[in-house]
Amino acid sequence: MAESSTLAQTIRDIVQRHQKLPTRLLQILREVQDRLTWLSTEAINVVAEELGISPAKVRSVAEFYSFLYTAPRGSYDILFSDNITDRMLGNRELLHYLADRLGVAINGTRADGRVSVGTTSCTGMCDQGPAALVNGYALTRLTKPRLDRIVELVNAKTPLEQWPREFFEVVSNIRRADILLGRHFADGAALRAVLKRGPEAILEEMVKSGLRGQGGAGFKSAAKWQSCRNAPGEVKYVVCNADEGEPGTFKDRVLMQDYADLVFEGMTVCGRVIGARQGFVYLRGEYRYMVDALKATLQRRREAGLLGAAILGDASFEFDIDIHLGAGAYVCGEESALIESLEGKHGVPRIRPPFPTTHGYLNKPTVVNNVETFASAAKIAVEGGNWFASRGTAESKGTKLLSLSGDCERPGIYEYPFGVTVRQVLEDCGARDAQGIQMAGPAGHMISAKLFDRRICFEDLATGGSFMVFDQRRDILDGIRNFAHFFVHESCGFCTPCRVGTSLMRDLVDKVHTGHGTRADLEEMRKLGQIMRVASHCGLGQTAPNPVLDSLDQFPESYERRLRSTAFEPAFDMNAALEQARWLTGRTDPDAYLDEEILSRAMP
Amino acid sequence: MSEEPRFTLDGRTVPFQDGQTIMAAALAAGIYIPHLCFNPEFTPHGSCRVCLVKVNGRMQASCTTPAAAGQVVQSEIDEVREIRRGLLQMLFVEGNHVCPACEKSGACQLQAVAYYVGMLAPHYTHFYPRRPVDASHPDALIDFNRCILCELCVRASREVDGKNVFAVQGRGIKAHLVVNTPSGKLGATDFSLSDKAAQVCPTGTILSKHSGYEIPIGQRLYDRKPINVVGDVAALAVSKGGRRHD
Repeated sequence: MAESSTLAQTIRDIVQRHQKLPTRLLQILREVQDRLTWLSTEAINVVAEELGISPAKVRSVAEFYSFLYTAPRGSYDILFSDNITDRMLGNRELLHYLADRLGVAINGTRADGRVSVGTTSCTGMCDQGPAALVNGYALTRLTKPRLDRIVELVNAKTPLEQWPREFFEVVSNIRRADILLGRHFADGAALRAVLKRGPEAILEEMVKSGLRGQGGAGFKSAAKWQSCRNAPGEVKYVVCNADEGEPGTFKDRVLMQDYADLVFEGMTVCGRVIGARQGFVYLRGEYRYMVDALKATLQRRREAGLLGAAILGDASFEFDIDIHLGAGAYVCGEESALIESLEGKHGVPRIRPPFPTTHGYLNKPTVVNNVETFASAAKIAVEGGNWFASRGTAESKGTKLLSLSGDCERPGIYEYPFGVTVRQVLEDCGARDAQGIQMAGPAGHMISAKLFDRRICFEDLATGGSFMVFDQRRDILDGIRNFAHFFVHESCGFCTPCRVGTSLMRDLVDKVHTGHGTRADLEEMRKLGQIMRVASHCGLGQTAPNPVLDSLDQFPESYERRLRSTAFEPAFDMNAALEQARWLTGRTDPDAYLDEEILSRAMP
Repeated sequence: MSEEPRFTLDGRTVPFQDGQTIMAAALAAGIYIPHLCFNPEFTPHGSCRVCLVKVNGRMQASCTTPAAAGQVVQSEIDEVREIRRGLLQMLFVEGNHVCPACEKSGACQLQAVAYYVGMLAPHYTHFYPRRPVDASHPDALIDFNRCILCELCVRASREVDGKNVFAVQGRGIKAHLVVNTPSGKLGATDFSLSDKAAQVCPTGTILSKHSGYEIPIGQRLYDRKPINVVGDVAALAVSKGGRRHD
């Protein structure tokens, strides 16, 4: 009784701190879980009651996000990043090693409730993996000695604050800088420009710059801002999409960590141009380690008159920024799903039209741009559109940040003018023996060596920035399988082709990978992929079959050398299905077996 | 200006009013586009994707795509039919649909649309999910095995009945229909068979107790005429073999 009233009081305090706003539901659930390690039915009911919404609604949010738990979880929750780049660095061996040493099953919780160990989608530390999260905080460069130390810390119940700082060190690895990363930017310069020249003039510079959405979709940023500016309504919003979930991408992490002022300034300029007074940064849950620093930066900007009321002393210039933390959902990188999540709901993409520029956050006109887009916008406000447009190609102006990882000597961030060839990038990062590139992440495209002269720009190879290198030692199908499992985990489940199709595709890839596939299965993959591509509700499902469809064309031998010669193999393994019955009956006679090979092993 | 805007659908000219979707305009013109999560009485959902059509060369859900003057829409072409068939097959393997034993067989929209798009077998590997049946309510039974997540009951209960009995929880392939009570049981709600939510299911998920198989299989709604001729089971009165209460 005392325990449950404490629980209720803890939750009431948290909900109170969020002004009992249902839009804060995701943030509230995160905090409740931080205190209680998981979201019990009782906790969910109290949250629902305090917010005046149904328990089912609270649970639908709790069950949607990977980092929220509706079953008991250890006080230390350790999740290994399971991107293919982590696998290349040996994360599976480390995962098993840690689980063994802690005496906990993978994806399980130890009997004493102390610790859980599992896996999660790419945590954006591909240039410094193998990586993991402990209670949401990023761990980098894991090694067995480091894990040995972690075992001691967990067993000694040492609070995270007392763990060695170097375990949590996240370095930026900026290897090549151009106009965005290389040139000095004085805080407030873009704000002074917009005040002096006015919103129309800045918008004109944005048009001249040709800046396109740097998340990868490539929509003209000026058109977005203009549409939102023209949209009727007094209340408008600016949203920065820092939900950098595409496996292999980490450039937004570097921008938020080292260039936060530039990003905040770009958002504030946008606020002035479209007439918004409130901005949000939707930061992926994996980057929670930087929340305190970002909040401090925001506070410093308020104190310097660069944010808040009366920016630069002008009473008509008001704009503030709030940080909203995600909780493990790749689909929230899609702008309308991100808005749903920002409103405290589960992240299912909306039907479009209407678009966010007219019906966005709380149905108000909203600009959603990527981190890099806002950073570029701040520079454009100061230096002018022509300056920016002098770099790049005809249709892709300016520069692009690439996140390099995988088999190369110097992984990290590379800023190039648009139009650079894949070959050039490979040379610069020290990838001597590449057989293929996964460009723009699993949702992007697989590029084999014969396409390395293609150029990175919207006219040719569009990208949000992920660039994962596979050298000759790698089995391409290992990557494809990793991506197929990723999409099953990340599908939101709203539409049929993505919800069901991702699972069917995973099963087909697994079947081929384990040597049970036939040519008919490859044909089946193509047909299924085509349905997913054209019929899915949002970009997630439309791009989910890309790794399979691309690699079938680019790397057919990866599949073919595993195929059975028969025309058709059933989807289930008859021998595996019979195994238990054989064991129970103790039968070893020929009639109990279908397969000659197994028979010869069982009866020498 | 007096000229009503039009688009073409499989060569036929279809007039529409501003703001109408392709589906709504087609329906008004008496042209059938197969669908499951769409019901003209509710805001379009766009989740089943069965109403996909080719609009100016691009696949779009007709229930959510606004009609526009001069659009060239293709519905009954092989390319579209093949995708629809694939979507139906996905729905059949995702749940547990045992048509020959189902009380709704012959008066089931899912089954009728499957026939309409030429689906003869589920083709894909069955998932065989474990989904317990909820028989806690005195008059109604929920067989979650047949749920296709169209959310029509969710919408009907919230928007028409004002009861908010149903919800969808979980992500991805784990998404599932739930009953909105602490116990998760229908018996603990004020759900009634006369609710709109009881009349809109396009499958046999929500069933009434105490009666069954009153019309023999073979003489049911879609046994007699295909769905493109008689329309949706949810739109037809009970007296005509449908589910709608008058």
